[in-house]
Amino acid sequence: MISVAAVTKRYATGFLALDSVDLAIEKGEIFALLGPNGAGKTTLIGVICGTVSMTAGKVLLDGHDVVSDFRSARSIVGLVPQEIALDIFATVRATVSFSRRLFGRPPDAGFVEQLLRDLSLWEKRNSRTLELSGGMKRRVMIAKALAHEPDVLFLDEPTAGVDVNLRREMWALVRRLRNKGVTVVLTTHYIEEAEEMADRVGVIDKGRIILVEDKTKLMRKLGKRRLRLVLHDPLPALPAALAGWPLELEDGGRRLSYRFDASAEDTGVPMLLRRLGELGVDFKDLETTASSLEDIFVDLVGRAA
Amino acid sequence: MSGINLGGVWALYRYELSRTVRTIWQSVATPVITTALYFVVFGSAIGSRMREVGGVSYGAFIVPGLIMLSLLTQSISNAAIGIYFPKFTGTIFEILSAPLSAIEAVVAYVGAAATKSIAIGLVILATATLFVPVRIEHPAWMVAFLILTSVAFSLFGFIIGIWAKNFEQLAVIPALIVTPLTFLGGAFYSIDMLPPFWRTASLFNPVVYLVSGFRWSFYGQGDVSVEASLGFTALFISACLAVLVRIFRTGWRLKP
Repeated sequence: MISVAAVTKRYATGFLALDSVDLAIEKGEIFALLGPNGAGKTTLIGVICGTVSMTAGKVLLDGHDVVSDFRSARSIVGLVPQEIALDIFATVRATVSFSRRLFGRPPDAGFVEQLLRDLSLWEKRNSRTLELSGGMKRRVMIAKALAHEPDVLFLDEPTAGVDVNLRREMWALVRRLRNKGVTVVLTTHYIEEAEEMADRVGVIDKGRIILVEDKTKLMRKLGKRRLRLVLHDPLPALPAALAGWPLELEDGGRRLSYRFDASAEDTGVPMLLRRLGELGVDFKDLETTASSLEDIFVDLVGRAA
Repeated sequence: MSGINLGGVWALYRYELSRTVRTIWQSVATPVITTALYFVVFGSAIGSRMREVGGVSYGAFIVPGLIMLSLLTQSISNAAIGIYFPKFTGTIFEILSAPLSAIEAVVAYVGAAATKSIAIGLVILATATLFVPVRIEHPAWMVAFLILTSVAFSLFGFIIGIWAKNFEQLAVIPALIVTPLTFLGGAFYSIDMLPPFWRTASLFNPVVYLVSGFRWSFYGQGDVSVEASLGFTALFISACLAVLVRIFRTGWRLKP
């Protein structure tokens, strides 16, 4: 559905935002682009949608080149940018109808009504957008992006600064769209969001796609946690009875570190603690840490290099 | 989809015009009051002490110039604000991501800006007839000049709107360049009244050609020939279009 080939973007300031990015997104899937701030997520979406010019490369949308055949390409794409940008004096219904017409679709009052009802905006149809709450404005942005019935929807940081209820609604909406066959591409820097919504996840950092993987596989990698025990008495070596456990001694034997999969049925933590008790290894303190996104990136970049 | 996105152009044109309709009273009341003031000052107070210019009373003589004055300032500010505002608020993303070519976007924005200026020009003309006897010798040419000038300066204003990075820049070109050129462009006098040096200097002022052509369509006489006026307007429109095509092709100040 979307094919990105060797796309490079260098801004006028000289900043290299995208460094020869290749990416293929299948029809009907929900694809999450995961990466820290400044990784190039928004730039990549901008290049695909036409709001950012690319320095080099080629993007095809359903076989249509986004530069030479921009009309066909853009008419099947809806974009919800990260920032809310609305004509504050226009009414909800007027601005949504306008978006539909702008994308070359004939007016369809019935469709617009259904869309506004689906997004709980119908009550507010005659309100000016400046009278709406932040969450409502975001819904209007989504309604505008969906007004021309696109085949692909881009959601740039859809839940940044959004309350829990709206976040759940957003996730439900994405699933409904997928059921209708709409391809959804969303960017996020929350692992949980990618986990909740996506079929596949692409990890991007410093303008490069580090990996693209099926969500369940990736989550197994990302779901690692570490348990650290601060020992009462330093251990010179791991006790033989604990051989075969993924354990490491750190800090000159003063700390014992155990890696485990938090999402697994049996994390092994209770068993380990019992064993340590039997062996008479006392500890003063313990902490568990999730692998942070930063850790993961360091990890991934390290592996890619 | 291929060809032209007519529906999209029409939607954008209508949307832009609807902004004007929302502020219809300011849009119409301002030029009417301003024009009435000009007629009180120049038409009655000063005009009564002035000689006729080329057989036309001074009050009537300044009508085409006054219309031109409003046409230029209105066209520039309408078009400049029309494109600057979406840039400022971020709503431009929708236009950039729409299946709309550069020319189509320009037609919609500039068309809407020019439509508003033309409407205001006609309102001023109607107001003027309340104060002085106005006759129009070449109505078709009058309308043609009205449309061409509005389009030309809406294009120019559109470029300013794209170029401007803040509200100050938005105001600086109209204030520093366009207003002086219009005042020195023969709106209130015939350049024949000037000393020879300034008469020659005036011929380098583009506004002279517009005012002159427009006045010719009213009273059958102008400072320069009609052909020169038309030629200049056409040249100006072509130059603006060339600049705009280049801007959209490179995305200058529109896309990062």
